[in-house]
This record gives sequence, C-alpha cells and structure tokens, in this order.
Amino acid sequence: MTLLDFARGPGLQGAWLIMVAGTAWRVSGILLLRQRSHLAAPRIGFAGRVRVGLATVFTRFVPRRTFWPRIAVSVGLSSTFHLGLAVIVLGGAPHILLIHQFFWLTWPNLPKGLVAIVSGVTLASMIALLFRRIYHPVLRLLSKADDYLSWLLVFLPVLTGILLSGETIASYSTWLTMHILSVELMMVWLPFGKLLHVKLAFFGRAAMGMNFARKGAAT
Amino acid sequence: MRGFVSDFGPTAALSMESCVHCGRCADACQFYVQTGDPRYTPIHKIAPFRQAYAREVGPFAMFYRLLGLARKVTADELTKWQDLIYDSCNMCGRCSLICPMGIDIADLVEKARHGMYRAGLAPSDYLGLLAEKEQATGSPFGLSTTKFREMLNAIADQHGVAMHVDEATADIVPTVSSIDLKTYPGSMAAIAKILNHMGESWTFRTDGFDADNVSLTAGDRDGQRKTTLGIVQAAASCGAKTLLMPECGHAFTEMRWEAANAFGKPLPFRVMQITEFLAEGLADGRIRVKTVKQRATYHDACQISRRGGATAGPRIILEALGVDLHETEDTGDSNWCCGGGGGVALINRAAPLRKKAFEIKQRQIEATGMETVYTSCSGCRQTLDHGGKAAQWNKTVGSLLELVADSLRP
Repeated sequence: MTLLDFARGPGLQGAWLIMVAGTAWRVSGILLLRQRSHLAAPRIGFAGRVRVGLATVFTRFVPRRTFWPRIAVSVGLSSTFHLGLAVIVLGGAPHILLIHQFFWLTWPNLPKGLVAIVSGVTLASMIALLFRRIYHPVLRLLSKADDYLSWLLVFLPVLTGILLSGETIASYSTWLTMHILSVELMMVWLPFGKLLHVKLAFFGRAAMGMNFARKGAAT
Repeated sequence: MRGFVSDFGPTAALSMESCVHCGRCADACQFYVQTGDPRYTPIHKIAPFRQAYAREVGPFAMFYRLLGLARKVTADELTKWQDLIYDSCNMCGRCSLICPMGIDIADLVEKARHGMYRAGLAPSDYLGLLAEKEQATGSPFGLSTTKFREMLNAIADQHGVAMHVDEATADIVPTVSSIDLKTYPGSMAAIAKILNHMGESWTFRTDGFDADNVSLTAGDRDGQRKTTLGIVQAAASCGAKTLLMPECGHAFTEMRWEAANAFGKPLPFRVMQITEFLAEGLADGRIRVKTVKQRATYHDACQISRRGGATAGPRIILEALGVDLHETEDTGDSNWCCGGGGGVALINRAAPLRKKAFEIKQRQIEATGMETVYTSCSGCRQTLDHGGKAAQWNKTVGSLLELVADSLRP
C-alpha cells in the first residue's frame, strides 16, 4: 500500500470516524446539560424567538456600526480568509468532484485561474492573520497552543492544495498525498480545539439570538 | 469552583467552549479601548473560570484531569483576577454584542462573580460591604423600614404630594434605587406625583422598597435572591398588578428577567421599568404632559436598553414631551457604557479606571453640542454627574422620570 493509498483509504476512514465521533461527543456534552428554566414572561413567543435565533446566525457576520472602526482589520482579514476558503472548497473542480463522489451533489465549478488567485489571497490572509496573532498584544495574551496548531492544520491544506494545483517543486502524486493527509490531520483535530467553531458558531449565535429575543434585547 | 460550574446549562457551556480568541471583544470594551491594556479583554477576565469549566464539567473534563491539561484553580490564584472581574467590568454587554461566536461574556462575568464572592473576593471597599448590609437589612445603606417611611413622609411634606405607604392593597407597587434614597430623593416625589396624576391605586411597601440589588453585582447569589424575593413578596401580598422598577439598570434586569426563576413560578404581576410604564401611560393618554421646549441628548442605561429590551420607552417619552432629541453617535442598543455600572462605581480603588472609561461617553455627549443629558438610571446619572464635574461641564444631567413629573398637565 502506498502512502497515497493509505491517505485515500484507511486514513480517510479513520479521520472521518474520529471527526464525527469526537464532534458528536463534544456537541452532545454541551447541549445535553440540564437546561435552566426561564419563567419570566417573554416579550415574544417561541416561534418569534426561533426566527430571531436563526437570523442572528447570519446577522453576526456583519458587526454593528459602533464597532467598525476598531475591528475593520480583524473583520477584513478573517472574512477574506473564510470566503477564500469557501471559494476554494466549493468552487474548485477537484473538490466538487470529491463531494459528488460522497454526496451525489454537483454544481458548476469556477475557472481554475480564479480559484488560483483566490487561493493565493487566502494564503496571504492566513499569513497576515498569523502575524497579527503573534504581534497584537490582545491576541498574544489570549492565544494558546491550540490557536497556532489550528492555524497550521488549515494552512497546510491550503498550501499543499496550491502546490498540487501548480504541480510544482514535487510530483503531482506527492502533493496529492500531502494534501489529503493534511486535510485528514485537520479533520482529526477538528472536534477537540477551536476548529469546532465551524459547528459551535451556529449553535452559539442561535442560542444567543433566542435567549436575547425573549427579553427583546439587542442581538 | 465545582460549585461555580455545577449549574451550567447548555448556553453557558456553549459560551465556555466557543471562544476562538479573535480578540474582538477587547475592541468593544471601554476599559480596553481607553487604556490599551490587553488584560481588560473581556473573555480574558474570566480565564480561570473557563479553565475550571474545562476541568470539571466540559465534555473532555475527564481527560483534562487525567492528563493534567488544566490545573485546579485555587482561591489564591483568583485574588489576581479580582480587579479584572470587578473593577474593569460593568457587565454592559457590548462584548456580548460583538462576539462572532455568540458568547454572552457579560453573563459569564456575572457568573464568575458568584465564584469570587464565595471565595471571599468581592472588593470590600465598598461593594462587598454594601452587599453584606443588603443581605442583613434589605438595604445596601442599612436603611430601615422606619427610616424609609420617615423619608417618604418628609418628601411628601416637602413636595406637597400625597404619599401612599404600606397600604394593604394596591394595583401598583413602585420601588426605589438606593442611589435615589441617598442622592436623588426627588425621584420618589416624582413617582408619587405621576401615579396620583394617573389616579392609580398604588403604594410603596417598606418591606420591599430598595430594588438596587447590590448583592447581584457583588456576586452574592443568596443576597440577590433574598432581596429579589423580599420585593416580590411585598408586591404579591398587597395584590399588586404591576411592580414598577426604578431608574436603575440591574434592578430592572434582575426583577424582569430573573425574579420569576427565584420565585419558582411566573410572577403574579407585570414588572415594568419606569420608562416602559411612562411610555405606555403617555401613549394611552393616562399621563398628560406639557410640551418642554428643550434640546437634549439621552444616555441609555446598558441594562435597560441593550440587555433589557426597553430601549424604545425613553424615545417615546421624549417625543411626547416635545424634546428636540439629539442622539449621541453610538446610542440605544449600541451605546457606550458610562463606566459606572455593574458595581464599579462602588469600588473606590476603581475610580481612576472608571474615569478613563467615562471619557468615551463624555466625548460623545460633548459632540452632540447639547447642554442637557437625560438618563433613566440613577447609577448612570450619578456617574454622569461626577464625570461631568471632573470634566467641568456646564451641562445639566436630568432624570427622565423627574422631567415627566415636572411637566404634568393638570
């Protein structure tokens, strides 16, 4: 068995298993805690609270005007990175093929050149984000090993993906192996650190929206 | 710490799990913005409590303990966090509003204060002291029911208003803030004037009058509950249909949103912040006012507007009065905190820090060009008064409640 065979076979299966089991464990460990009661008369009914909760998932993407001047750089870099990643994963032809293999969904891909440019911008934004994390006093204070590890585990797939797509420095199959293995490493760590924000962000925003809607408080 | 984390529900647990260390909460916080000190980053203020959560209650708690991934937090260690959890947090909720993960950081600070209080770490000069007095006497300044009754009678004489005290039955029971008792007693005359004008059946109750709930801001859960339930029982015992919360931020959020949980069932009366009550009365014609030819700005109390959902009331009142309102740049739910809330005004050593935090509010009020600023929280009013004095303002700081009372049409 070559390393590529391993990456495409047992490696992928193992990574999926760990990612799904770990996520299920962590999310259920949070959501199955005893819910405290809220006996105060709510300002709006349950349906209204659900509506606000779901809306908050989306409105939190755009911060309020009062915050803007100070967080423009943070929002700019973070949005560039996240949107870039979305364009690469959902717009790149090889990824669409992969998704089609597992989930039978498909859609038109973006031109390779465009994905290449977006990949470069995404990589640059990641490097800028790392510098910011190292040098900004607030981020330096807050950051732990998981922050840097999570950065690396996302950086490697983006970097190896660019090198794979450019078929440069090493062979196609070497970069393909590295790319798949790096994604699998990310999948294995995902449930245990901050990378799980891919799920927790939606739960957290919705929960805040619903709880605050009960009070008519600002979301 | 086990006690602190043991009653965490899913929302609090989500909050503890979700932080991605983006640092944006710092940029929402008046203490960080004004000092540049990264320790004032809101989520950082509760770091030992997140550690305790991960170790004791989190989904991987067993592994944290077995592999030594998080140390047990000691009471000694918590001493180092006292000024972060108390002096530099108004629990104003701006951080909760900016957090991209939906973490209610302000609520986590309130929970952290429970742990701090139990560890004997509420600042004794003088927030902790007031909380102890409130637990013992029902009033943070130790005001007895007799003294309160005397005060009300004196106010009645001074202002020529009919005062109702300890009536056996009444539809409306108003409450006061300890700051009103100490510094702005005119607010009690104002309440009386307005309720008499409306022809309502009402009474102050000396067995449940001070709604300030300093215990809440100190982190004393037992005191918080005792103060709240004392007022609930007082209102329920005279068959009140409405309990009126005074011009006080935390008094409102506590009674409106938490009291029923302490009571164990829905409250038998409506709880209204005074601005909600006044707005309703103005809208349906029960309160009739003269036009006030004035230009003014308005300062929102964080617990009433952003956290409490009662932002609209003050605007309705000011419009009904015909006041030409010039809002500050960041207003309503997006306003900056005055820096005095959450018990910070009751911590003497925090005065310089509080003054720095206030400067944002000061600049925004000055930028409106208005000579009058109204508010509907006595804590904010006091902070604006003190801050304005230090800034050598020629501005008037007024209470919305007293403005309505002074503008009543016969």
